[in-house]
Amino acid sequence: MVKIEAILQPSKLDAVKDALLEAGIEGMTILEARGHGRQKGHTEFYRGREYTVDLLPKVKIEMVVPDALQEKAVQAIIGAARTGRIGDGKIFVSAVLDAIRIRNDERGETAL
Amino acid sequence: MRRVARLLLFLSLVVSPGLISAQTGSSQPASQAQIAALQQAVQSAQTSGDNAWMLVSAALVLLMTGPGLALFYGGLVRRKNILGTMMQSFAMMCQVTILWPIIGYSLAFSHGNSFIGGFGHVFLRNVSLAADPQNFYVQTIPEQTYMVYQLMFAIITPALITGAFAERMKFSAMALFLSLWSLLVYCPMAHMVWGVGGLLNSNGGRIPSLDFAGGTVVHITSGVSALVTALYLGKRMGYPHTKMAPHSLVLSFIGACLLWVGWFGFNAGSALGAGSLATSAFINTHFATATAALGWTIFEWLHNGKPTALGAISGAVAGLVAITPASGFVQPFSALAIGLVAGFACSFMVFKVKSLFGYDDSLDAFGVHGAGGTVGALLTGLFATQIINPAFGKGAPTGAMDGHWSQIANQATGVAIAWGISIVGTLVLLFLVDKVIGLRLSAEDENEGLDLSQHGEEGYDFNT
Repeated sequence: MVKIEAILQPSKLDAVKDALLEAGIEGMTILEARGHGRQKGHTEFYRGREYTVDLLPKVKIEMVVPDALQEKAVQAIIGAARTGRIGDGKIFVSAVLDAIRIRNDERGETAL
Repeated sequence: MRRVARLLLFLSLVVSPGLISAQTGSSQPASQAQIAALQQAVQSAQTSGDNAWMLVSAALVLLMTGPGLALFYGGLVRRKNILGTMMQSFAMMCQVTILWPIIGYSLAFSHGNSFIGGFGHVFLRNVSLAADPQNFYVQTIPEQTYMVYQLMFAIITPALITGAFAERMKFSAMALFLSLWSLLVYCPMAHMVWGVGGLLNSNGGRIPSLDFAGGTVVHITSGVSALVTALYLGKRMGYPHTKMAPHSLVLSFIGACLLWVGWFGFNAGSALGAGSLATSAFINTHFATATAALGWTIFEWLHNGKPTALGAISGAVAGLVAITPASGFVQPFSALAIGLVAGFACSFMVFKVKSLFGYDDSLDAFGVHGAGGTVGALLTGLFATQIINPAFGKGAPTGAMDGHWSQIANQATGVAIAWGISIVGTLVLLFLVDKVIGLRLSAEDENEGLDLSQHGEEGYDFNT
Protein backbone atom coordinates (compact mmCIF):
# COMPACT_ATOMS: atom_id res chain seq x y z
CA MET A 1 0.00 0.00 0.00
CA VAL A 2 1.15 3.53 -0.71
CA LYS A 3 0.01 6.91 0.46
CA ILE A 4 -0.34 9.49 -2.27
CA GLU A 5 -0.41 13.14 -1.21
CA ALA A 6 -1.10 15.72 -3.89
CA ILE A 7 -0.95 19.46 -3.33
CA LEU A 8 -3.01 21.24 -5.95
CA GLN A 9 -4.50 24.50 -7.06
CA PRO A 10 -7.98 24.79 -5.48
CA SER A 11 -9.53 25.31 -8.91
CA LYS A 12 -8.31 21.86 -10.02
CA LEU A 13 -9.95 19.93 -7.17
CA ASP A 14 -13.10 18.91 -9.02
CA ALA A 15 -11.26 17.76 -12.15
CA VAL A 16 -8.78 15.69 -10.12
CA LYS A 17 -11.51 14.13 -8.00
CA ASP A 18 -13.43 13.09 -11.11
CA ALA A 19 -10.29 11.68 -12.73
CA LEU A 20 -9.48 9.60 -9.64
CA LEU A 21 -13.00 8.21 -9.50
CA GLU A 22 -12.72 7.20 -13.13
CA ALA A 23 -9.44 5.46 -12.34
CA GLY A 24 -11.17 3.37 -9.71
CA ILE A 25 -10.03 5.19 -6.59
CA GLU A 26 -12.88 5.99 -4.25
CA GLY A 27 -11.41 6.73 -0.83
CA MET A 28 -9.70 10.07 -0.32
CA THR A 29 -9.36 12.92 2.16
CA ILE A 30 -9.38 16.56 1.12
CA LEU A 31 -7.71 19.25 3.20
CA GLU A 32 -7.60 23.01 2.74
CA ALA A 33 -4.05 24.21 3.01
CA ARG A 34 -1.85 27.21 2.39
CA GLY A 35 1.61 27.16 0.96
CA HIS A 36 3.92 27.83 -1.92
CA GLY A 37 6.81 26.35 -3.81
CA ARG A 38 8.46 28.55 -6.36
CA GLN A 39 5.24 30.43 -7.03
CA LYS A 40 5.38 34.08 -5.98
CA GLY A 41 2.57 35.54 -3.89
CA HIS A 42 0.52 38.64 -4.45
CA THR A 43 0.29 42.09 -2.89
CA GLU A 44 -2.66 43.38 -0.94
CA PHE A 45 -3.39 46.97 0.05
CA TYR A 46 -5.12 48.06 3.26
CA ARG A 47 -5.39 51.79 3.89
CA GLY A 48 -2.13 52.50 2.14
CA ARG A 49 -0.15 49.69 3.74
CA GLU A 50 1.21 47.12 1.33
CA TYR A 51 1.32 43.47 2.38
CA THR A 52 2.95 40.66 0.46
CA VAL A 53 0.94 37.51 0.84
CA ASP A 54 3.10 34.52 -0.01
CA LEU A 55 1.07 31.79 1.62
CA LEU A 56 -1.38 30.93 -1.10
CA PRO A 57 -4.56 28.85 -0.80
CA LYS A 58 -4.00 25.23 -1.83
CA VAL A 59 -5.87 21.96 -1.69
CA LYS A 60 -4.27 18.73 -0.48
CA ILE A 61 -5.66 15.31 -1.44
CA GLU A 62 -4.56 12.30 0.54
CA MET A 63 -5.32 8.72 -0.42
CA VAL A 64 -3.99 5.27 0.38
CA VAL A 65 -4.10 2.90 -2.57
CA PRO A 66 -2.94 -0.67 -3.37
CA ASP A 67 0.49 -0.80 -5.03
CA ALA A 68 -1.11 -1.87 -8.29
CA LEU A 69 -3.07 1.35 -8.58
CA GLN A 70 -0.22 3.69 -7.65
CA GLU A 71 0.87 4.71 -11.16
CA LYS A 72 -2.72 4.89 -12.43
CA ALA A 73 -3.61 7.28 -9.60
CA VAL A 74 -0.55 9.46 -10.18
CA GLN A 75 -1.27 9.72 -13.91
CA ALA A 76 -4.92 10.55 -13.25
CA ILE A 77 -3.90 13.43 -10.99
CA ILE A 78 -1.30 14.75 -13.39
CA GLY A 79 -3.67 14.53 -16.34
CA ALA A 80 -6.34 16.55 -14.58
CA ALA A 81 -4.15 19.08 -12.74
CA ARG A 82 -1.38 19.99 -15.15
CA THR A 83 -1.50 23.43 -16.80
CA GLY A 84 2.19 23.74 -17.54
CA ARG A 85 2.63 26.86 -15.37
CA ILE A 86 4.44 27.32 -12.07
CA GLY A 87 2.02 26.54 -9.23
CA ASP A 88 0.59 23.29 -10.63
CA GLY A 89 1.63 21.51 -7.42
CA LYS A 90 3.37 18.32 -6.33
CA ILE A 91 2.66 14.65 -5.62
CA PHE A 92 4.38 12.67 -2.89
CA VAL A 93 4.27 8.91 -2.57
CA SER A 94 5.18 7.09 0.63
CA ALA A 95 4.92 3.53 1.97
CA VAL A 96 2.09 2.65 4.36
CA LEU A 97 2.55 0.03 7.09
CA ASP A 98 -1.09 -0.98 7.59
CA ALA A 99 -4.70 0.00 6.99
CA ILE A 100 -7.63 -0.98 9.25
CA ARG A 101 -11.35 -0.60 8.64
CA ILE A 102 -12.88 0.62 11.87
CA ARG A 103 -16.30 -0.89 11.19
CA ASN A 104 -15.22 -4.55 10.99
CA ASP A 105 -11.49 -4.90 11.77
CA GLU A 106 -10.50 -5.70 8.18
CA ARG A 107 -6.80 -5.17 7.58
CA GLY A 108 -4.42 -4.70 4.68
CA GLU A 109 -5.40 -3.96 1.09
CA THR A 110 -8.94 -5.25 1.62
CA ALA A 111 -9.45 -2.39 4.08
CA LEU A 112 -8.80 0.20 1.39
CA MET B 1 -48.84 67.61 6.07
CA ARG B 2 -52.19 66.12 5.03
CA ARG B 3 -53.09 65.48 8.65
CA VAL B 4 -52.41 69.09 9.54
CA ALA B 5 -54.47 70.28 6.57
CA ARG B 6 -57.34 67.98 7.50
CA LEU B 7 -57.15 69.12 11.09
CA LEU B 8 -57.21 72.75 10.08
CA LEU B 9 -60.14 72.16 7.72
CA PHE B 10 -62.11 70.39 10.43
CA LEU B 11 -61.37 73.08 12.97
CA SER B 12 -62.26 75.89 10.58
CA LEU B 13 -65.60 74.21 9.92
CA VAL B 14 -66.12 73.99 13.66
CA VAL B 15 -64.95 77.51 14.31
CA SER B 16 -66.63 79.31 11.39
CA PRO B 17 -70.19 79.22 12.78
CA GLY B 18 -68.69 80.67 15.93
CA LEU B 19 -66.88 83.35 13.92
CA ILE B 20 -70.05 84.22 12.02
CA SER B 21 -72.01 84.65 15.22
CA ALA B 22 -69.06 86.63 16.61
CA GLN B 23 -69.55 89.18 13.86
CA THR B 24 -73.09 89.67 15.07
CA GLY B 25 -71.55 90.21 18.52
CA SER B 26 -73.43 87.44 20.24
CA SER B 27 -70.63 84.92 21.24
CA GLN B 28 -67.25 86.77 21.15
CA PRO B 29 -65.66 85.04 24.17
CA ALA B 30 -66.46 81.62 22.61
CA SER B 31 -64.53 82.36 19.38
CA GLN B 32 -61.51 83.59 21.38
CA ALA B 33 -61.47 80.24 23.10
CA GLN B 34 -61.88 78.48 19.80
CA ILE B 35 -58.95 80.40 18.28
CA ALA B 36 -56.84 79.46 21.28
CA ALA B 37 -57.88 75.86 20.78
CA LEU B 38 -56.93 76.13 17.11
CA GLN B 39 -53.51 77.50 18.00
CA GLN B 40 -53.04 74.66 20.46
CA ALA B 41 -53.98 72.13 17.79
CA VAL B 42 -51.59 73.61 15.26
CA GLN B 43 -48.76 73.62 17.78
CA SER B 44 -49.60 70.05 18.66
CA ALA B 45 -49.49 69.05 15.00
CA GLN B 46 -46.13 70.75 14.52
CA THR B 47 -44.73 69.11 17.63
CA SER B 48 -45.86 65.69 16.52
CA GLY B 49 -44.12 66.11 13.14
CA ASP B 50 -40.92 67.42 14.66
CA ASN B 51 -40.90 64.97 17.56
CA ALA B 52 -41.50 62.03 15.25
CA TRP B 53 -38.49 62.94 13.15
CA MET B 54 -36.37 63.62 16.25
CA LEU B 55 -37.15 60.27 17.83
CA VAL B 56 -36.36 58.50 14.55
CA SER B 57 -33.14 60.52 14.33
CA ALA B 58 -32.17 59.50 17.86
CA ALA B 59 -32.70 55.87 16.90
CA LEU B 60 -30.64 56.34 13.72
CA VAL B 61 -27.75 57.84 15.68
CA LEU B 62 -27.79 54.91 18.10
CA LEU B 63 -27.77 52.59 15.09
CA MET B 64 -24.55 54.29 14.04
CA THR B 65 -22.86 52.98 17.19
CA GLY B 66 -24.59 49.66 17.39
CA PRO B 67 -24.09 47.92 15.10
CA GLY B 68 -22.68 50.49 12.63
CA LEU B 69 -19.41 51.37 14.35
CA ALA B 70 -19.16 47.99 16.06
CA LEU B 71 -19.18 46.26 12.67
CA PHE B 72 -17.02 48.84 10.92
CA TYR B 73 -14.28 48.62 13.54
CA GLY B 74 -14.88 44.94 14.19
CA GLY B 75 -14.19 43.97 10.62
CA LEU B 76 -10.98 45.97 10.56
CA VAL B 77 -9.27 44.14 13.43
CA ARG B 78 -7.80 40.67 13.48
CA ARG B 79 -10.17 37.79 14.10
CA LYS B 80 -9.00 37.20 17.66
CA ASN B 81 -10.14 40.72 18.62
CA ILE B 82 -13.57 40.93 16.96
CA LEU B 83 -15.74 40.52 20.06
CA GLY B 84 -13.55 42.71 22.22
CA THR B 85 -13.75 45.48 19.65
CA MET B 86 -17.53 45.24 19.35
CA MET B 87 -17.86 45.14 23.13
CA GLN B 88 -16.11 48.48 23.39
CA SER B 89 -18.83 50.17 21.34
CA PHE B 90 -21.54 48.24 23.13
CA ALA B 91 -20.11 49.21 26.51
CA MET B 92 -20.46 52.86 25.55
CA MET B 93 -24.09 52.28 24.65
CA CYS B 94 -24.64 51.05 28.19
CA GLN B 95 -22.41 53.11 30.40
CA VAL B 96 -22.89 56.55 28.83
CA THR B 97 -26.64 55.94 28.96
CA ILE B 98 -26.34 55.66 32.73
CA LEU B 99 -24.03 58.62 33.23
CA TRP B 100 -26.01 60.97 30.96
CA PRO B 101 -29.26 61.36 32.91
CA ILE B 102 -27.41 61.37 36.22
CA ILE B 103 -24.87 64.11 35.47
CA GLY B 104 -23.75 64.22 31.83
CA TYR B 105 -26.74 66.01 30.36
CA SER B 106 -26.58 68.60 33.10
CA LEU B 107 -22.87 69.27 32.63
CA ALA B 108 -23.40 69.74 28.90
CA PHE B 109 -26.72 71.49 28.64
CA SER B 110 -27.78 73.17 31.87
CA HIS B 111 -26.99 76.79 32.67
CA GLY B 112 -23.48 77.26 34.00
CA ASN B 113 -20.66 79.38 32.65
CA SER B 114 -18.99 79.71 29.25
CA PHE B 115 -17.11 76.45 29.61
CA ILE B 116 -19.31 74.00 31.46
CA GLY B 117 -22.90 73.59 32.52
CA GLY B 118 -24.12 73.35 36.07
CA PHE B 119 -26.13 70.94 38.15
CA GLY B 120 -29.54 72.26 37.17
CA HIS B 121 -30.49 69.12 35.31
CA VAL B 122 -28.90 66.39 37.42
CA PHE B 123 -31.16 63.34 37.55
CA LEU B 124 -33.12 65.06 34.74
CA ARG B 125 -34.43 67.74 37.08
CA ASN B 126 -36.51 70.27 35.14
CA VAL B 127 -36.13 68.37 31.91
CA SER B 128 -39.67 68.61 30.70
CA LEU B 129 -41.85 66.44 28.51
CA ALA B 130 -43.31 69.61 27.03
CA ALA B 131 -41.90 71.87 24.35
CA ASP B 132 -40.77 75.37 25.32
CA PRO B 133 -41.09 78.01 22.59
CA GLN B 134 -38.78 80.29 24.60
CA ASN B 135 -35.92 77.78 24.44
CA PHE B 136 -34.08 77.83 21.09
CA TYR B 137 -33.40 74.09 21.12
CA VAL B 138 -36.80 72.79 22.18
CA GLN B 139 -39.28 75.18 20.58
CA THR B 140 -41.43 72.37 19.24
CA ILE B 141 -40.04 69.21 20.82
CA PRO B 142 -40.07 68.02 24.41
CA GLU B 143 -36.78 68.67 26.18
CA GLN B 144 -36.64 64.99 27.05
CA THR B 145 -36.51 64.24 23.32
CA TYR B 146 -33.57 66.63 23.03
CA MET B 147 -31.94 64.95 26.02
CA VAL B 148 -32.22 61.46 24.59
CA TYR B 149 -31.14 62.64 21.14
CA GLN B 150 -28.02 64.25 22.58
CA LEU B 151 -27.39 61.08 24.57
CA MET B 152 -26.83 59.18 21.33
CA PHE B 153 -24.12 61.67 20.39
CA ALA B 154 -22.53 61.28 23.79
CA ILE B 155 -22.50 57.53 23.22
CA ILE B 156 -20.82 57.47 19.83
CA THR B 157 -18.12 60.03 20.58
CA PRO B 158 -16.09 57.93 23.05
CA ALA B 159 -16.85 54.84 20.96
CA LEU B 160 -14.99 56.46 18.05
CA ILE B 161 -11.84 56.75 20.14
CA THR B 162 -11.67 52.97 20.58
CA GLY B 163 -10.37 52.78 17.02
CA ALA B 164 -7.04 54.24 18.02
CA PHE B 165 -6.23 51.80 20.79
CA ALA B 166 -7.73 48.76 19.10
CA GLU B 167 -6.35 45.37 20.02
CA ARG B 168 -4.31 46.54 23.01
CA MET B 169 -6.34 48.11 25.85
CA LYS B 170 -7.82 46.37 28.88
CA PHE B 171 -11.59 46.28 28.98
CA SER B 172 -11.73 47.62 32.54
CA ALA B 173 -9.34 50.45 31.76
CA MET B 174 -11.26 51.34 28.60
CA ALA B 175 -14.54 51.48 30.51
CA LEU B 176 -13.12 53.72 33.22
CA PHE B 177 -11.11 55.96 30.90
CA LEU B 178 -13.97 56.59 28.48
CA SER B 179 -16.51 57.22 31.26
CA LEU B 180 -14.27 59.93 32.69
CA TRP B 181 -13.52 61.23 29.20
CA SER B 182 -17.17 61.72 28.33
CA LEU B 183 -17.75 63.75 31.48
CA LEU B 184 -14.54 65.77 31.45
CA VAL B 185 -13.84 66.32 27.74
CA TYR B 186 -17.08 65.69 25.84
CA CYS B 187 -19.47 67.53 28.18
CA PRO B 188 -17.45 70.76 28.36
CA MET B 189 -16.99 70.82 24.56
CA ALA B 190 -20.69 70.13 23.99
CA HIS B 191 -21.52 72.91 26.42
CA MET B 192 -19.19 75.41 24.78
CA VAL B 193 -20.64 74.82 21.33
CA TRP B 194 -24.30 73.99 22.03
CA GLY B 195 -25.01 74.90 25.65
CA VAL B 196 -26.78 78.13 26.53
CA GLY B 197 -24.06 80.65 27.33
CA GLY B 198 -21.36 78.49 25.80
CA LEU B 199 -18.21 80.25 24.64
CA LEU B 200 -18.50 79.01 21.06
CA ASN B 201 -22.27 78.93 20.75
CA SER B 202 -23.36 80.40 17.41
CA ASN B 203 -26.38 81.80 19.25
CA GLY B 204 -24.83 84.43 21.50
CA GLY B 205 -21.44 82.94 22.36
CA ARG B 206 -18.43 85.23 22.68
CA ILE B 207 -16.75 83.45 19.77
CA PRO B 208 -19.70 82.30 17.67
CA SER B 209 -18.68 79.14 15.89
CA LEU B 210 -20.74 77.16 13.39
CA ASP B 211 -20.96 73.49 14.20
CA PHE B 212 -24.26 72.09 13.08
CA ALA B 213 -24.04 68.50 14.25
CA GLY B 214 -20.72 68.13 16.02
CA GLY B 215 -17.68 68.36 13.76
CA THR B 216 -15.72 69.86 16.65
CA VAL B 217 -17.71 68.42 19.56
CA VAL B 218 -17.72 64.85 18.32
CA HIS B 219 -15.14 64.30 15.61
CA ILE B 220 -12.24 66.56 16.49
CA THR B 221 -12.43 65.66 20.17
CA SER B 222 -12.61 61.94 19.50
CA GLY B 223 -10.08 62.03 16.68
CA VAL B 224 -7.45 64.06 18.51
CA SER B 225 -8.01 62.13 21.75
CA ALA B 226 -7.54 59.01 19.67
CA LEU B 227 -4.16 60.24 18.46
CA VAL B 228 -3.06 61.11 22.00
CA THR B 229 -4.13 57.68 23.22
CA ALA B 230 -2.35 55.90 20.38
CA LEU B 231 0.85 57.79 21.17
CA TYR B 232 0.57 57.23 24.93
CA LEU B 233 -0.16 53.51 24.67
CA GLY B 234 2.42 52.84 22.01
CA LYS B 235 2.19 50.54 19.03
CA ARG B 236 0.74 47.08 18.90
CA MET B 237 3.26 44.28 19.31
CA GLY B 238 4.73 43.50 15.94
CA TYR B 239 3.62 46.76 14.30
CA PRO B 240 4.45 47.62 11.51
CA HIS B 241 6.26 44.53 10.27
CA THR B 242 3.54 41.97 11.04
CA LYS B 243 0.56 41.81 8.79
CA MET B 244 -2.42 43.16 10.72
CA ALA B 245 -4.93 43.30 7.96
CA PRO B 246 -8.72 43.45 8.45
CA HIS B 247 -10.14 40.00 9.06
CA SER B 248 -13.51 40.77 7.49
CA LEU B 249 -14.01 43.73 5.21
CA VAL B 250 -17.51 42.36 4.65
CA LEU B 251 -18.42 43.36 8.22
CA SER B 252 -16.72 46.72 7.78
CA PHE B 253 -18.66 47.31 4.58
CA ILE B 254 -21.97 46.61 6.31
CA GLY B 255 -20.93 48.85 9.20
CA ALA B 256 -19.99 51.70 6.88
CA CYS B 257 -23.34 51.57 5.11
CA LEU B 258 -25.14 51.60 8.45
CA LEU B 259 -23.06 54.63 9.40
CA TRP B 260 -24.06 56.38 6.15
CA VAL B 261 -27.77 55.82 6.71
CA GLY B 262 -27.58 56.50 10.43
CA TRP B 263 -25.78 59.77 9.80
CA PHE B 264 -28.99 61.20 8.36
CA GLY B 265 -30.21 61.16 11.94
CA PHE B 266 -26.94 62.64 13.15
CA ASN B 267 -26.97 65.61 10.74
CA ALA B 268 -30.54 66.12 9.59
CA GLY B 269 -31.76 65.48 13.13
CA SER B 270 -29.59 68.33 14.31
CA ALA B 271 -32.11 70.63 12.65
CA LEU B 272 -34.20 69.77 15.73
CA GLY B 273 -37.29 69.70 13.57
CA ALA B 274 -38.75 68.22 10.43
CA GLY B 275 -38.67 71.36 8.30
CA SER B 276 -36.63 72.39 5.28
CA LEU B 277 -33.41 72.83 7.27
CA ALA B 278 -33.54 69.11 7.96
CA THR B 279 -33.92 68.59 4.22
CA SER B 280 -30.82 70.69 3.52
CA ALA B 281 -28.80 68.80 6.11
CA PHE B 282 -30.03 65.46 4.74
CA ILE B 283 -29.04 66.33 1.18
CA ASN B 284 -25.66 67.76 2.19
CA THR B 285 -24.87 64.67 4.23
CA HIS B 286 -25.60 62.38 1.33
CA PHE B 287 -23.82 64.43 -1.31
CA ALA B 288 -20.61 64.94 0.62
CA THR B 289 -20.32 61.23 1.35
CA ALA B 290 -20.48 60.31 -2.29
CA THR B 291 -17.75 62.73 -3.43
CA ALA B 292 -15.54 61.87 -0.47
CA ALA B 293 -15.67 58.18 -1.35
CA LEU B 294 -14.76 59.17 -4.88
CA GLY B 295 -11.90 61.41 -3.71
CA TRP B 296 -10.31 58.72 -1.58
CA THR B 297 -10.79 56.15 -4.33
CA ILE B 298 -9.12 58.36 -6.94
CA PHE B 299 -6.20 59.09 -4.60
CA GLU B 300 -5.77 55.41 -3.94
CA TRP B 301 -6.14 54.38 -7.56
CA LEU B 302 -3.33 56.77 -8.46
CA HIS B 303 -1.23 55.83 -5.42
CA ASN B 304 -1.59 52.02 -5.43
CA GLY B 305 -2.91 51.24 -8.86
CA LYS B 306 -6.18 49.73 -7.64
CA PRO B 307 -9.32 51.20 -6.01
CA THR B 308 -9.99 49.21 -2.85
CA ALA B 309 -13.30 48.59 -1.13
CA LEU B 310 -11.74 49.64 2.15
CA GLY B 311 -10.66 52.90 0.55
CA ALA B 312 -14.12 53.60 -0.79
CA ILE B 313 -15.85 53.05 2.55
CA SER B 314 -13.16 54.94 4.45
CA GLY B 315 -13.60 57.84 2.07
CA ALA B 316 -17.34 57.74 2.65
CA VAL B 317 -16.86 57.96 6.42
CA ALA B 318 -14.39 60.82 5.97
CA GLY B 319 -17.01 62.70 3.96
CA LEU B 320 -19.65 62.07 6.60
CA VAL B 321 -17.30 63.46 9.22
CA ALA B 322 -16.36 66.55 7.24
CA ILE B 323 -19.93 67.49 6.33
CA THR B 324 -21.09 67.14 9.95
CA PRO B 325 -20.32 70.70 11.07
CA ALA B 326 -21.41 72.13 7.71
CA SER B 327 -24.56 70.10 7.06
CA GLY B 328 -27.11 72.71 8.09
CA PHE B 329 -25.24 75.73 6.75
CA VAL B 330 -24.18 75.05 3.18
CA GLN B 331 -25.68 74.53 -0.24
CA PRO B 332 -25.74 71.14 -1.96
CA PHE B 333 -22.90 71.85 -4.37
CA SER B 334 -20.76 73.15 -1.52
CA ALA B 335 -21.38 69.79 0.13
CA LEU B 336 -20.07 68.02 -2.97
CA ALA B 337 -16.93 70.15 -2.75
CA ILE B 338 -16.47 69.60 0.99
CA GLY B 339 -16.74 65.86 0.50
CA LEU B 340 -14.20 65.80 -2.31
CA VAL B 341 -11.67 67.80 -0.28
CA ALA B 342 -12.19 65.54 2.74
CA GLY B 343 -11.72 62.43 0.64
CA PHE B 344 -8.35 63.62 -0.60
CA ALA B 345 -7.24 65.18 2.69
CA CYS B 346 -8.03 62.16 4.85
CA SER B 347 -6.57 59.62 2.47
CA PHE B 348 -3.42 61.74 2.35
CA MET B 349 -3.34 61.81 6.17
CA VAL B 350 -3.72 58.05 6.39
CA PHE B 351 -1.40 57.07 3.57
CA LYS B 352 1.39 59.61 3.90
CA VAL B 353 1.37 61.44 7.19
CA LYS B 354 0.71 58.39 9.34
CA SER B 355 3.61 56.41 7.91
CA LEU B 356 5.79 59.53 8.12
CA PHE B 357 5.30 59.81 11.86
CA GLY B 358 4.98 56.11 12.45
CA TYR B 359 2.22 56.14 15.08
CA ASP B 360 -0.16 53.20 15.38
CA ASP B 361 -3.62 54.72 15.11
CA SER B 362 -4.91 51.24 14.42
CA LEU B 363 -8.23 52.07 12.78
CA ASP B 364 -7.39 55.61 11.65
CA ALA B 365 -9.64 57.35 14.15
CA PHE B 366 -7.41 60.41 13.93
CA GLY B 367 -6.86 60.24 10.20
CA VAL B 368 -10.58 60.15 9.49
CA HIS B 369 -12.28 61.87 12.44
CA GLY B 370 -9.59 64.21 13.68
CA ALA B 371 -8.45 65.34 10.25
CA GLY B 372 -11.90 65.16 8.64
CA GLY B 373 -13.47 67.11 11.47
CA THR B 374 -10.79 69.81 11.27
CA VAL B 375 -11.11 70.16 7.50
CA GLY B 376 -14.90 70.19 7.74
CA ALA B 377 -15.03 72.76 10.52
CA LEU B 378 -12.80 75.16 8.59
CA LEU B 379 -14.66 74.64 5.30
CA THR B 380 -17.90 75.36 7.17
CA GLY B 381 -16.65 78.89 7.73
CA LEU B 382 -15.97 79.16 4.03
CA PHE B 383 -19.18 77.72 2.60
CA ALA B 384 -21.80 78.66 5.21
CA THR B 385 -24.50 80.90 3.81
CA GLN B 386 -27.59 82.64 5.13
CA ILE B 387 -29.47 81.33 2.11
CA ILE B 388 -29.56 77.96 3.86
CA ASN B 389 -29.33 79.09 7.47
CA PRO B 390 -29.37 82.68 8.75
CA ALA B 391 -27.62 81.52 11.89
CA PHE B 392 -26.61 85.01 12.99
CA GLY B 393 -30.00 86.59 12.40
CA LYS B 394 -32.13 87.53 9.44
CA GLY B 395 -30.10 89.49 6.92
CA ALA B 396 -26.78 88.89 8.69
CA PRO B 397 -24.07 87.07 6.73
CA THR B 398 -23.24 83.59 7.96
CA GLY B 399 -20.00 82.47 6.33
CA ALA B 400 -17.39 83.57 3.82
CA MET B 401 -19.81 82.86 0.96
CA ASP B 402 -21.85 85.79 2.26
CA GLY B 403 -18.72 87.90 2.63
CA HIS B 404 -18.25 87.11 6.30
CA TRP B 405 -14.64 85.93 5.98
CA SER B 406 -13.85 86.43 9.66
CA GLN B 407 -16.07 83.45 10.39
CA ILE B 408 -13.23 81.23 9.27
CA ALA B 409 -11.12 82.66 12.09
CA ASN B 410 -13.89 81.84 14.56
CA GLN B 411 -14.05 78.33 13.18
CA ALA B 412 -10.29 78.03 13.62
CA THR B 413 -10.65 79.12 17.24
CA GLY B 414 -13.29 76.47 17.85
CA VAL B 415 -11.02 73.90 16.22
CA ALA B 416 -8.08 74.98 18.36
CA ILE B 417 -10.14 74.76 21.56
CA ALA B 418 -11.33 71.29 20.58
CA TRP B 419 -7.74 70.19 19.95
CA GLY B 420 -6.57 71.76 23.19
CA ILE B 421 -9.18 70.31 25.49
CA SER B 422 -8.79 66.92 23.88
CA ILE B 423 -5.02 66.81 24.24
CA VAL B 424 -4.92 68.06 27.82
CA GLY B 425 -7.99 66.19 29.06
CA THR B 426 -7.01 62.92 27.45
CA LEU B 427 -3.43 63.01 28.69
CA VAL B 428 -4.51 63.69 32.25
CA LEU B 429 -7.09 60.91 32.23
CA LEU B 430 -4.79 58.38 30.56
CA PHE B 431 -2.13 59.06 33.15
CA LEU B 432 -4.64 58.76 35.98
CA VAL B 433 -6.24 55.52 34.80
CA ASP B 434 -2.87 54.04 33.96
CA LYS B 435 -1.65 54.68 37.50
CA VAL B 436 -4.80 53.31 39.09
CA ILE B 437 -5.49 50.15 37.09
CA GLY B 438 -3.11 50.09 34.14
CA LEU B 439 -4.22 50.65 30.57
CA ARG B 440 -2.48 48.19 28.32
CA LEU B 441 -2.90 44.45 27.94
CA SER B 442 -0.03 42.25 29.01
CA ALA B 443 2.02 40.80 26.18
CA GLU B 444 0.42 37.35 26.57
CA ASP B 445 -3.09 38.82 26.55
CA GLU B 446 -2.36 40.94 23.52
CA ASN B 447 -1.01 37.87 21.77
CA GLU B 448 -4.00 35.75 22.74
CA GLY B 449 -6.42 38.46 21.67
CA LEU B 450 -9.12 40.50 23.39
CA ASP B 451 -11.86 37.92 22.92
CA LEU B 452 -10.22 35.20 24.96
CA SER B 453 -8.20 37.30 27.39
CA GLN B 454 -10.82 39.91 28.27
CA HIS B 455 -14.08 38.11 27.66
CA GLY B 456 -13.36 34.38 27.72
CA GLU B 457 -15.08 33.95 24.38
CA GLU B 458 -14.35 33.45 20.74
CA GLY B 459 -16.06 35.52 18.11
CA TYR B 460 -16.29 32.70 15.59
CA ASP B 461 -16.32 28.96 16.01
CA PHE B 462 -16.77 27.34 12.64
CA ASN B 463 -15.98 23.90 14.02
CA THR B 464 -19.21 23.44 15.96
